[in-house]
Amino acid sequence: MSAEPADAPPAAEPRVGIGRHLLSVADLGREGIAEVLRVAEAFAEVERRAIPKVPTLRGRAVATVFFEESTRTRLSFETAAKRLSADVLSFGVSNSSVKKGESLRDTVETIEAMGIDALIVRHPSSGAPHQVARWAERARVINAGDGWHEHPTQALLDCFTVRQVLAERFGADPEGIGCFDGLRVLLVGDIRHSRVARSEILAYSALGATVTLAAPRTLLPPSLEGWPVRVADDFDTALAEADVVSLLRLQAERGSGEFVPSLREYTTHWGLTTRRVGLLSERAIVTHPGPMVRGVEISGDVADLPLTVATRQVTNGVAVRMAVLFLLLGAGGGLEADAPVEELQAAHG
Amino acid sequence: MAEIVIQGGTVIDGGGVRRADVRVSGALIAEVGPNLSVGKGVTVLDAGGCLVAPGLVDLHTHLREPGREEAETVDSGTRAAALGGYTAVVAMPNTEPAIDNAGIAREVLDLGRGAVAEVAVAGAITVRREGERLAPMAELADLGVHLFTDDGSGVQDGALMRRALDYAKGLGVTLAQHCEDDALAAGGAMHEGAWSSRLGIPGVPAAAEEAMVARDIALVRLTGAPVHFLHLSTAGSVELVRRAKAEGLAVTAEAAPHHFALTDAEVAGYDPIFKVNPPLRTGADVEAVKVGLCDGTIDAIATDHAPHTPETKDVPFDEAPPGMLGLETALSVAFSELVAPTGDGSSGRLSAERVLGLFSWQPATIAALGPTDARGGGHSAQGGPVAPGGAANLLVFDPEASWQVDRAGLASRSHNTPYAGRTLRGRVRHTVLRGEPVVIDAEAQR
Repeated sequence: MSAEPADAPPAAEPRVGIGRHLLSVADLGREGIAEVLRVAEAFAEVERRAIPKVPTLRGRAVATVFFEESTRTRLSFETAAKRLSADVLSFGVSNSSVKKGESLRDTVETIEAMGIDALIVRHPSSGAPHQVARWAERARVINAGDGWHEHPTQALLDCFTVRQVLAERFGADPEGIGCFDGLRVLLVGDIRHSRVARSEILAYSALGATVTLAAPRTLLPPSLEGWPVRVADDFDTALAEADVVSLLRLQAERGSGEFVPSLREYTTHWGLTTRRVGLLSERAIVTHPGPMVRGVEISGDVADLPLTVATRQVTNGVAVRMAVLFLLLGAGGGLEADAPVEELQAAHG
Repeated sequence: MAEIVIQGGTVIDGGGVRRADVRVSGALIAEVGPNLSVGKGVTVLDAGGCLVAPGLVDLHTHLREPGREEAETVDSGTRAAALGGYTAVVAMPNTEPAIDNAGIAREVLDLGRGAVAEVAVAGAITVRREGERLAPMAELADLGVHLFTDDGSGVQDGALMRRALDYAKGLGVTLAQHCEDDALAAGGAMHEGAWSSRLGIPGVPAAAEEAMVARDIALVRLTGAPVHFLHLSTAGSVELVRRAKAEGLAVTAEAAPHHFALTDAEVAGYDPIFKVNPPLRTGADVEAVKVGLCDGTIDAIATDHAPHTPETKDVPFDEAPPGMLGLETALSVAFSELVAPTGDGSSGRLSAERVLGLFSWQPATIAALGPTDARGGGHSAQGGPVAPGGAANLLVFDPEASWQVDRAGLASRSHNTPYAGRTLRGRVRHTVLRGEPVVIDAEAQR
């Protein structure tokens, strides 16, 4: 147990501003990602305390505004906000006036009128958080997943988890981003409909990793023009070459079931089966954003192997989201302190 | 009889270009020539430095009445048209209810009777535009309806389209197709390509349009009936129409200003103002549409003026209805994109005369509103020529004036222009409808 008082501020003072909103990983850039990871490391330490709570955002109010079902992301954000002592409001479409016909814009303006400092938005339409950011007058907007577009905090926590595992198992620097240089990341599955994939590709490539995609053609985006990726010719070979395998779920609720002839065929050709695990290097790490569908993209026994770090991803989600909230709302992105933030941003290009 | 002299301009019509004044007496052009005398009580419209041309004819206007009057009415839409230099618009039939019978057609024609631009209507090809059985086309043709379309969707069933063409051929009317294969386009909200992939927005592939263009060309070959292709937006469609024309088939085509002025990159900020159907395409498609306008593959520039209220557009991108305003900006956008500024011989693609042809006399012919057409619906002759005895439907356009588009300053009831804040070159100065100056110095007179 730490001797430190539980309400001491985290060790990290922000070095880089990360902008006003977090809508896309592209908003952060390499420096911004590095900063989130660095601050998250400090908050991970807070989480290990007996009373894992700091007063950093006392007096701030954040709202989770979810127009789509979610368990882990919402709980993770709310836990993060509470550990920072922020007040947390929870707005779900199922118990709201949206069902009575209220528009997204009116909903957002109503919530903001309650003095909310940050809106954590999940929406089935790509780009909805961008629009919310245009409509919000003072609140920060965090994209908690929009349509097929992005899920920035998921990608950040994936990177965070990968670095943590590399540090523990192979002695990589747990603070810097050097471990990502030349790291071979393989994304497998429904890239087309995956917001996690779009954010991961931006994050991993910004950090210096090389990204390869493996999927049936129907589950790749129609165009990869301008994407810093390559498409694997052969899945088995790509697995053997990968340092990190990011498995994506078949998004049946977005109709991806129609994109493959059958789940059985998908599993046979693109699933991480027991046979394919044997192809992986012994250093490989398997990530999965959840929810996992055992028997489809991953076989049940593989999901339980130590190389699969899905549970750790969930744990780290809280620290990473604390970092994002802190950087947007705390001293780093203080609502009254726009000028210093801009100076910081200018200083870091 | 009220007399007007349009003074000091350059007259352009299908017959050429000359410096001349134009005397209008009543609803007709009385005299065209240099330095016309101006008697007492004659209204003078200054056209110094301006082009004087036959009023524009829009083949593709959504007036929204009946059914969506909060977005546009015949009154507000024709005022927008007059300010854009139009003296006639073809009202699309996707109203609520649709213009699929004589009663609704008569209602819209009546609403247009006293308007500041003439209103012709297009009838639906199928009942309720549902693509299942033919609308009473002969009944509509009796009212003077010449163009038929299910615009907003294409006729999916090839056999039904073939039957409609056979039927239309007997009536001497033209079918206008919104080319979009519903199955290929399903769920799409923007052009399918690099941008849609990056933005995570479901896309509409170019093939969804091209598949139907190709099918309909085959049906024109089969039936001998003419087809007018609405709002061509892809390089492949332009090429298909080019080959069909080379083959001598009875096809015509239009393009909308936004399909040669804007690309799918505009969608990057997820602003539904840039959502339109067909969607904004790639730079290569924009270039192909321009080439099609230059080489005569595309016969007309038509606005696809599609008003939507702010409430319906201020929603997530995939929930917003497609469509953008066009009437008040179309000619300026075309001059900005296609015509070289005076004194610059290099950068222009088309002469002012060619552009005005694409906006006026060529669409007038497609809509059968020209001087030699047997016009139904009580319409005056559109598309010129600017000659004594002709209908005084005229436009005075200052090709060098530049102006900034102000969303709130538009006459349309809706504000969904994609050009807000942009500076456009060339501005409509006066519009004369059947001898009445309905727009003077860019101000609507009623």
